[in-house]
Amino acid sequence: MSLVKRARYHFMKDIGAPAVMRLSGAGRKKGPGRPKPGFGPGLNCAVRLKEIMTRHYFLSRYAEGAKPVAWVTSGAPVEILRPFGFYTIYPENHGALCGAQRLGPELCAEAEAHGYHQDLCSYARIDLGHFLSGKTPVGRLPRPDLLFASNNICQTVVYWYRVLAHQLKIPLLLFDTPYNFEDITENDVAYMVRQLEEMIPVLEEVSGRRFDSRKFQEMTGISRDSSFAWGEVLATMKTRPAPMTIFDAFIHLAPIVSLRGLPVALEYYHILLRELRERIEQGIGAIENERKRLMWDNIAIWYKVRDFSNLFAERGMNFVTATYTNAWAETISLMDADRPFESMARTYSLVVLNNSLDHRLQLMERLIKEYHVDGLVIHSAKSCKPYSVGQYDIKRLLMDRLGIPSVIVDADITDFRAYSEEQTRTRLEAFFETLEG
Amino acid sequence: MTAEDPIKNRDCVAGIDVGSLSTEALILDMECGTAGYAIVQTGANSTDAAVSALEKALAASGIERDQIRRIVATGYGRVSIPFSDKRVTEISCHAMGAFHLFPDTGIVIDIGGQDSKVIRVGEGGRVLDFAMNDKCAAGTGRFLEVMADKLQVALDDMGPLSLKAGGEIGISSVCTVFAESEVVSLVARNHPKEEIIRGLHRAIVNRVWSMVKGIGVRGAVTMSGGVAKNSGVVSLMEEKLGQPIHVYSEPQIIGALGAALVARRDLQDVQ
Repeated sequence: MSLVKRARYHFMKDIGAPAVMRLSGAGRKKGPGRPKPGFGPGLNCAVRLKEIMTRHYFLSRYAEGAKPVAWVTSGAPVEILRPFGFYTIYPENHGALCGAQRLGPELCAEAEAHGYHQDLCSYARIDLGHFLSGKTPVGRLPRPDLLFASNNICQTVVYWYRVLAHQLKIPLLLFDTPYNFEDITENDVAYMVRQLEEMIPVLEEVSGRRFDSRKFQEMTGISRDSSFAWGEVLATMKTRPAPMTIFDAFIHLAPIVSLRGLPVALEYYHILLRELRERIEQGIGAIENERKRLMWDNIAIWYKVRDFSNLFAERGMNFVTATYTNAWAETISLMDADRPFESMARTYSLVVLNNSLDHRLQLMERLIKEYHVDGLVIHSAKSCKPYSVGQYDIKRLLMDRLGIPSVIVDADITDFRAYSEEQTRTRLEAFFETLEG
Repeated sequence: MTAEDPIKNRDCVAGIDVGSLSTEALILDMECGTAGYAIVQTGANSTDAAVSALEKALAASGIERDQIRRIVATGYGRVSIPFSDKRVTEISCHAMGAFHLFPDTGIVIDIGGQDSKVIRVGEGGRVLDFAMNDKCAAGTGRFLEVMADKLQVALDDMGPLSLKAGGEIGISSVCTVFAESEVVSLVARNHPKEEIIRGLHRAIVNRVWSMVKGIGVRGAVTMSGGVAKNSGVVSLMEEKLGQPIHVYSEPQIIGALGAALVARRDLQDVQ
């Protein structure tokens, strides 16, 4: 790492970034402003969240050459990178950001022009498209020194990150999590622990730092506490009216994905939690007239988050839970800072997408009951096969067991060429008619 | 208003279903039930199609425009009927219409020109659950139209022809474009048209079947939409289900009937 670049990074971190944040915040009003029709008052925390994420992407430009940089998949056990001081970039989060700004097709097309098929995950196409063209709405992403992927969310990440490793000629660490058809075995755990142990020398070499097990335990503890806090944030939506919507949660998810294991994420969720609890005490709901409570399945449709948010709020319908947002809280009670490797193996391999459909069905049944859900919107995402498989069966079984009406929306997470406004509207209107009886 | 013409005194409602290929209007007499209906091609302007269907339905039923107290629009063009009082999706309307005609209906299989759907119907014609294929032309009326054109057979003849087939040629492609090329090569190899058509019907049934399985079969099955007029498709679907299917003599008007029933219910609620 170069001394000049390190000095520049620290200058930007301590002086540059705060100055830029002040400047960009100067023209903006404090607080969320007047609520939109159908909504209750907005979350004050949204301003702080924007600051954190803007700063994260802004500083990342100066991280290259100053800090070791890793590109990481959303489900990788990032805690192991933290004591080595890696600046972590999450291409999936960057993909979601591009998707929300309606840049999906443009970046996907860059990858397609190089031969990547339209059926490939659009997060992967956006990332490869960005890699090949340099296009990004965040200015610039730092080139990584290391790639870190786990196949606990899908197999696509393995091939996607191999392409990056091949192109960049840098090491790829793969955390291979055996799929849980039934219960996890001791052999599975031993296999995963061994992988984590074998990563240490590579991480030492890339970062130039020795492994500090005390620091590792400390950061694992921070990560666990942050995920706990995130779980509590989500649990506030059990209250009627719910103090936030799942569309808020899609946005407030960014720190637990991208900054997991860092104190900033933990601090943020404590602030958010405090605000949500105050809202509960004062009976403030995220939407004005919460008549129906809904559950969301699968990753967000990033380019439609705002439109859907308005469409449902107008009808007094609020999404109060999602299998997606729950994924960063679901297994956290297994995390144990005193047995970090073993507990990380369990925490990361027992996530929803690495489990059987039976598990997912039970999880959804539990969420429906705990959150008093009246209906379910299922996003069948063209990009995400592991998440979208089995949805028709789940739909039928939830109808049979709990009498919960649901609708399937065919779309994609970021590539809106796979989305039809008219057809989706008809399905959603029919779903509204069903819910209203 | 005269004793000689009591019908002119009655309140009526109308349902208009603007689909991708055809537009149907149906007039419902509040006391006596269906008074008349009309089916026209949608063409390039759905508003014009709705006006023309309504005028024809009025003419067929001998009802005056000012007797219509309420109009409910449905179908893809429901948003483009400025004179409608309410818009309801075709999913709810098909459920209502099918339930009205066949009260034991548990499942509606609607294969229209542009999409196909399977609807689970509850008490009073309420929608309990539904699945839709609107992404792909295979499994819709459009698929049959393309193939009828390629085989130079009238759409209405496809059903009877396929029932006469001695055998069946399997169509392996699930995509309309691929299946079209497949049909071209089968014709070139002199395979009997009847057997190809039967294979095409099987392809549609298989495509829709995954949705039927997803929703689950309960109670009687009613088919609606233009493809329900194809006896070949209906017979293969019955074979697959292992039970007979209700098909109304004019299955295309079930959506418009459902819309008119919604209009009648709304009016009764007010009264």
